[in-house]
Amino acid sequence: MNSTKVLDAKGLACPMPIVKTKKEMKELETGDILEIHATDKGAKSDLAAWAKSGGHELLKDEEEDDVLKFWLQKG
Amino acid sequence: MSETKKTNIILFSGDYDKAMAAYIIANGAAAYDHEVTIFHTFWGLNALRKDGHVAIKKNFMEKMFGKMMPRGADKMGLSKMNYAGFGPKMIKDVMKKHNAMPLPELIDMAQEQEVNLVACTMTMDLLGLRKEELLEEIEYAGVAAYLGNAEDGNVNLFI
Repeated sequence: MNSTKVLDAKGLACPMPIVKTKKEMKELETGDILEIHATDKGAKSDLAAWAKSGGHELLKDEEEDDVLKFWLQKG
Repeated sequence: MSETKKTNIILFSGDYDKAMAAYIIANGAAAYDHEVTIFHTFWGLNALRKDGHVAIKKNFMEKMFGKMMPRGADKMGLSKMNYAGFGPKMIKDVMKKHNAMPLPELIDMAQEQEVNLVACTMTMDLLGLRKEELLEEIEYAGVAAYLGNAEDGNVNLFI
């Protein structure tokens, strides 16, 4: 997937992954894709809820060696 | 997106752990693009105190209160397992290991995210706290200001 930008949120604890995601998304244009790498186990529920509320789309998520990866498209 | 939603938190408690919960929610809500306000009243005002001594003329009772209450967020105790100040040391150690943000940094982050920090002036008078002793760039208000925000708030919490 073509990510416009990658956000490394590995090692960060709640609420930082969502705070950083918000900051990055603000800089992007509609349709851009932000790829997020996180290790916080709550990140999936958090990002899914946050994306829904903000009108963004969580395109895909996967787990690789304890790193959770997400692709969020700005709405 | 619809119009801006509001989150209002009353921080009544002066415990480090409870204040942490309040500030984590506030920072999260700010990331949700809510207009966020934390009203600090009673012991919660201590989260807004500067950590150094501020020389101000006070009466005896006010001086006593000033000495007995924690000077700033970092000196607050835990609501459980405080063990005369040993508990906060332990939890700060654990927090460092887990990369959780310490309370003073959560407060900085909240200000950076334009969370409105409000001090309740009536309880400031009761506890003998003056504006000079509290952080810069905070607001001062009473119950009506809180209700004005709360009546059209989407998230309202009392901690």
